[in-house]
Amino acid sequence: MSIDMSQFHQVFFEECFEGLEAMESGLLNLDTGDIDSEVINTIFRGAHSIKGGSGTFGFNNVADFTHIMETLLDEMRDGRRKVTQPAITVLLGSVDCLRTMLTSIQGEQSVDSASVGKYKSALEIELAGSAEEPSVTASMDTPIANESSGLAADEVDLTEQGWKIAFCPYLDLLKTGNDPVRMFRELAELGEYSVSVNTHDIPAFYELDPEECNLSWALEVVGDIPVGEITEIFNWVEGDCELDIQPLAKKIAKPAPVEKVTEPEPSVQEIEQPKVVPVEINTAATTEVSKPEVQQSDNEQSKASATSVKASSSIRVDTAKIDTLINMVGEVVITQSMLSLIGENFSMDKLAQLKRGLSQLERHIRDMQQSVMNIRMVPISFVFSRFPRLVHDISSKLGKKIELKLVGESTEVDKAVVELISDPLVHLIRNSLDHGIEMPADRIAAGKPETGTIELNAYHRGGHIVIEIIDDGRGLDRKKLISKAIEKGLIDENSVLGDKQAFELIFMPGFSTAESVTDISGRGVGMDVVRRNIQALGGNIEIISDFGKGTTISIHLPLTLAIIDGQSVAVGNEIYIVPLVSIKESINITENMLNKIAGKGETFRLRNQYIPIIRMHEIFNVRPTNKANPGEGVIVVVERQGVLCGLFVDELLGPQQVVVKSLETNYRRVRGVSGATILGDGSVALILDIPGLVRFSNR
Amino acid sequence: MTQELKTKGADQNRHNKEQVNGVQYLSFTLDNEEYGVDILRVQEIRSWESVSRIPNVPHYEKGVVNLRGSIVPIIDLREKLGIKFTEYTPLTVVVVLQTNDNNKTRTMGVVVDSVSDVIILDKTKIQDAPDFGAKLSNEFINGLVSVNERMVILLDVDKLLKLEELEELETNES
Repeated sequence: MSIDMSQFHQVFFEECFEGLEAMESGLLNLDTGDIDSEVINTIFRGAHSIKGGSGTFGFNNVADFTHIMETLLDEMRDGRRKVTQPAITVLLGSVDCLRTMLTSIQGEQSVDSASVGKYKSALEIELAGSAEEPSVTASMDTPIANESSGLAADEVDLTEQGWKIAFCPYLDLLKTGNDPVRMFRELAELGEYSVSVNTHDIPAFYELDPEECNLSWALEVVGDIPVGEITEIFNWVEGDCELDIQPLAKKIAKPAPVEKVTEPEPSVQEIEQPKVVPVEINTAATTEVSKPEVQQSDNEQSKASATSVKASSSIRVDTAKIDTLINMVGEVVITQSMLSLIGENFSMDKLAQLKRGLSQLERHIRDMQQSVMNIRMVPISFVFSRFPRLVHDISSKLGKKIELKLVGESTEVDKAVVELISDPLVHLIRNSLDHGIEMPADRIAAGKPETGTIELNAYHRGGHIVIEIIDDGRGLDRKKLISKAIEKGLIDENSVLGDKQAFELIFMPGFSTAESVTDISGRGVGMDVVRRNIQALGGNIEIISDFGKGTTISIHLPLTLAIIDGQSVAVGNEIYIVPLVSIKESINITENMLNKIAGKGETFRLRNQYIPIIRMHEIFNVRPTNKANPGEGVIVVVERQGVLCGLFVDELLGPQQVVVKSLETNYRRVRGVSGATILGDGSVALILDIPGLVRFSNR
Repeated sequence: MTQELKTKGADQNRHNKEQVNGVQYLSFTLDNEEYGVDILRVQEIRSWESVSRIPNVPHYEKGVVNLRGSIVPIIDLREKLGIKFTEYTPLTVVVVLQTNDNNKTRTMGVVVDSVSDVIILDKTKIQDAPDFGAKLSNEFINGLVSVNERMVILLDVDKLLKLEELEELETNES
């Protein structure tokens, strides 16, 4: 019997990436010299669980690599090694390297062993440098983990023969996410090992709680093993078990001092090993199953981030949210049974009761809808958490001093939005770092503090989330922007621009005022892409800048992509939804207000501009209804990337929020239609895709 | 008592036998012709209700309806097979089918005149459709079978409901 471990891989990878995230943020927090043991412990824990997990799943290259990191971190934790800037840099690099390794394993690609080897040797060099810290003289021979746990030297002599370990876990060992099998496996790596299990504490079957650990073990490991390595393995279960480690002296007659090779030990216990196997499997199964839950409650959301996992489509949800939802479902069930009771022998005198019940049901269902939508909401910290590293790396590269402030990290936003907003934000922050904040010398000359500040601020406003990127750098130079735009021929020489329009210039394709092109930014291809991405999400971006004092970029995004604000319009007998974001205005017109070009293309004069008209009847082949005045209608002026266009429809029916449903699930993509929605009467209305429609009509 | 049990057992036996060699089909009519589809593909049978038309698609794709929250396209099988279109009546029936297109399961409704029966067929009795050459395409037809002296045309749901690429249609039109 074997368990298909691959079903746990996804969880493992997510945990690893979370662990890496935690390690990264911990490393960034480590101030040189000042060792906060809690921070180092966090980093160490991250490394340790990745090592353990990858060992369990047989990703030995990951386990080996993490082991070296762990050793380094362990020494830092014990204070045997100073936390130095180079060490942190190496560790940060190793975190990246691990991430790449895990990503390639996840994508079932081969791991780039060259770069792994590079980091591995860098780590080993760093590790070898520990010689300058001679806290334990004997540690030269066993640099890995000679725990200074009060073991006398004479005991070290005994290590050559091995250890006898009585391991008696408490009932809740498994609930803490520890897996004895994994620890035994680690023990087995140290030398010849045998294990026997004591099963007499197992209660009768009907009393058995599968999540409790009722077993205890007697283990023997033979070989040249320092006690530190043994205690290290049991480090994580220290509080959860009774542990007795005794040197195993009597078994081997002659202590072979030189040979490290493990001799075949004719142990009686070996016969017992097959017996253990089924038990092993059982414990493995329980642990693995209970692990996600344990992890979920343990991990604070702020640390967690799974967004970097490409293939992942799972989502971590706060248990409180699920509880609320379950409560609501309970309410709905109660209301439903009440209603069916009323309906059973209904008479008109129960009408008031029925109405009350229905309105209650309606309220519950609305609440339920809201909390279901809430499940998709994740804190914006999923995106923000990667920026400290980005700022750290780039600012040291540029030689600038920059402090990053994160505000409103717990602001919640739809997962789809989070995933799509991260690239534009990275771009904007790089811009701020590169162009916004000045060099320290320039800042002092300008009378500003040496350290620049970038603030990332997220908050809700109305149905939108607002993300602001505020820097106190040099700001945008209006005059320079305008002269550059004129030079590039983007605007007319004589045009007069307000502040807002001038700042808008940086969103034009190919516009850059940076004197030099660096690998960080300055090519002028970024901002137009940023704006396009944000508009594609149904949001917009604004810039306010004070020359010499700083820049504020604010991004407004809808909270969710699943519900949009729409305007329903009638075309013949059919109803279509126009997304409200693309509507500029709507005007009542009659046929004779339209002008024709070459007898075909129709235009409409909107103030001082001629805009093209798309007749929805024609483009969608709708039979016109027999209205009294067939020539009358409404022009809905829509904007597509700054270009205006008029949709000729019969009438406006009113604005409403619509739930977007995909047409492609059961059908296919349709030109000029971005999706469908269900109206109040249960019928289906199509949502117009304005850019697609304009392209379609131009054919 | 025992006798009753016996007959019941025999019944069961016969039933099992049919299960081994037999497959169940749902039969329906289109203009006096009888057609059948694999019953495991049938999700439900509904009465005709008005659809929301989809612009610029082939005429036999009548539109989409809201089926308990999902958007499901409705296809007129008469028109798809080239049979004369008739107006829908209250007796017109929509058979909701599950189709498989490139490992993607879709739910679609087809409009038929009326549903007649569930028939259990012996697999071995199904014969291939004759080749009609250019006169009639038999690509949707899985085979023919005779039930009570009537011919039933067995349809391949996946091939029948495979949507033609829209881009292709557009270029053809323009």
